Amino acid sequence: MYKIVEKRPLSRNITLMQIEAPLVAKKAEPGQFVILRATRDGERIPLTISGTDTQRGTVCIIFQIVGATTRQLNTLEEGDSLADFAGPLGKPTELDGLKKVCVVGGGVGCAIAMPIAQKLHKMGCEVHSIVGFRNRDFVILEEEFTACSDKYILMTDDGSYGEKGVVTAPLKALIEAGEQYDMVIAIGPLIMMKFVVETTRPFGIPTTVSMNPIMIDGTGMCGGCRLTVGGETKFACVDGPDFDGFKVDFDEAMKRTAMYRKFERHAYEAACNLLNKEVQ
Amino acid sequence: MPNMNPRKTPMPSQDPKVRAHNFLEVSQGYTEEMAQEEAARCLNCKHRPCVSGCPVHIQIPDFIQQVVKGDYSAAYDIIADASNLPAVCGRVCPQENQCEKVCVRGIKGEPVGIGRLERFVADWHNNQPKQQVKLPAPNGHKVAVIGSGPSGLTCAGDLAKKGYEVTVFEALHLAGGVLVYGIPEFRLPKDIVQKEVDNLTAMGVKIETNMVIGKVLSIDELMGEYGFEAVFIGSGAGLPRFIGIPGENLCGVYSANEFLTRTNLMKAYKHNALTPIMHAKKVAVVGGGNVAMDAARSALRIGAEKVFIMYRRSEEELPARREEVHHAKEEGVEFMMLTNPVEILGNEEDFVKAVRCERMELGEPDASGRRRPVRVPDSVFTLEVDCVIMAIGTSPNPLIKSTTEGLETQKWGGIIVDETTATTREGVFAGGDAVTGAATVILAMGEGKEAARSIDKYITEKNT
Repeated sequence: MYKIVEKRPLSRNITLMQIEAPLVAKKAEPGQFVILRATRDGERIPLTISGTDTQRGTVCIIFQIVGATTRQLNTLEEGDSLADFAGPLGKPTELDGLKKVCVVGGGVGCAIAMPIAQKLHKMGCEVHSIVGFRNRDFVILEEEFTACSDKYILMTDDGSYGEKGVVTAPLKALIEAGEQYDMVIAIGPLIMMKFVVETTRPFGIPTTVSMNPIMIDGTGMCGGCRLTVGGETKFACVDGPDFDGFKVDFDEAMKRTAMYRKFERHAYEAACNLLNKEVQ
Repeated sequence: MPNMNPRKTPMPSQDPKVRAHNFLEVSQGYTEEMAQEEAARCLNCKHRPCVSGCPVHIQIPDFIQQVVKGDYSAAYDIIADASNLPAVCGRVCPQENQCEKVCVRGIKGEPVGIGRLERFVADWHNNQPKQQVKLPAPNGHKVAVIGSGPSGLTCAGDLAKKGYEVTVFEALHLAGGVLVYGIPEFRLPKDIVQKEVDNLTAMGVKIETNMVIGKVLSIDELMGEYGFEAVFIGSGAGLPRFIGIPGENLCGVYSANEFLTRTNLMKAYKHNALTPIMHAKKVAVVGGGNVAMDAARSALRIGAEKVFIMYRRSEEELPARREEVHHAKEEGVEFMMLTNPVEILGNEEDFVKAVRCERMELGEPDASGRRRPVRVPDSVFTLEVDCVIMAIGTSPNPLIKSTTEGLETQKWGGIIVDETTATTREGVFAGGDAVTGAATVILAMGEGKEAARSIDKYITEKNT
């Protein structure tokens, strides 16, 4: 069993957990993910690793409560255990040789972008971080990002905190102002990554995106996570999750992600109802 | 006096109309009387062709004679001597191509129902009160087994019987490999697999789930700091193949692996399951093997109104077990033979709406000896479906190969082994689908057995 040694809310709908999983902690690199089941009858979901503590033997996960499973996960408390926790899966983000990088994070995607920014910073790379959130209540990891970024720009959709607007505005401004990035790494909602790629493409700046499609096993067995990248079918779980953003078919990825939306909404509502009944 | 009835004693099964809507086991097994009746059909002939027809060489006439005597416990011991998973093999072995194919009774009628008798004996045993397992004296040597499918479980069981300390590493959250994620509940109930796994753990085999070897630990680490003297790789053929036709990434196109994993492992067919699955109305399953039959019959049970099996050769070439084809037909699956999909069409939201196919005819035999399917010109037609399941085969997973230096594989991914199952890396052995590509449960078991013998020999020689 995989004990929750720490749990704290980061924002209204985002939770951080430190999970006891020493073998995973020892091997995990930024960009890799785990597959977990909260309970014995639960669904297998992929979550990207937000950090590790090899001394404590813990792996940090940060998740947004979006569906029945993340809601179920969020009902577990410190001292409880997860039923299953397998990883580290996927390939680590390739960062070798980078000297100056712009890391773009959107929403809970910042939880994955943060360890990458940290590693780059540790490597001596110049890091510019642009993060975007819906509004002030959803902002996460501000301290962590400022600590590892040479430049930190925070955007909110409604301007309630930081600057008002989307992440691509400051990204474009920085590039046009003459910032020479070796790479842009974008992690967030598909639509955000798509527009980051559209922003960097005219400048030819290599852009890596982290894909998080529907998965079951995470080892290449089911093919549910397949994407079209450069005209070829790739499995995000074993060939990724990172891909060359210029080559990813985002429109297809968005449609595939929406495949079970009706079911998910139903399951989420059922989970809410169940929980409300328990509370009553 | 042998029972000279030319036909097998029929096995009771659920009514096709009823079972097409539930996940309960289709075949219900012999009663004691039926088993007696069928066992009496065995001539106990001297040259015992059935034994050599069995990949693990079960002493078939001997166990059947014990059934005749009513000593089921003795019958079980004879089977268990050769097979670690009798309740599984009795259900999923392609007996018509193995033991029953060469049965003398098959010359002038139907062969003895060896598989049905094996199942009877195994189920009888599993229903007896648990007996204290005699644990062999530990011999002080550690072996790691990667993968808990049929080859891994067999290898682990045989080594445990010899006193080895065996740890099985499984990537998923549940042991059993294809027996739990692939083969459906209605053909192989999961509590039967669990009982077989429990039998192994009772013998002292340790099972570590959620361990993706190649990621969380490498073979070097297993053989180094973890002190395993030998490793058996039975990681199966997990990578699904697609045809490469337009539309394969539309919503509603599944690999059979995904469709079956959602259904079997994640129980998506249950009302309260958290794992979603598409409840399609018209389903096309592409392929003609057991996996295609499993997917088609699962789709029916989830609620499809029409299910088509599309296979590019003719019915005669269908690689599936005959019983599965028969059952699928009884349940209402429609067989579209000599049919090959060329494109999958989607609606404006990218959900499957139809599949375009062409007709095939059989030409000259190819390298496999089967007649090659050739396209019939101008034969393209469109069939409306809202789900397509690709069951055209799987390849070995490259995860272990890519993280193990010195482990050589074929171009298509199969691990290269010699006749003793030894790989090109010292102390590392391999078997099952990871070596052969997708094959059968019993062949994988046969290789697991061979590997256990070779590993025992390797470790014994190294330590003398």
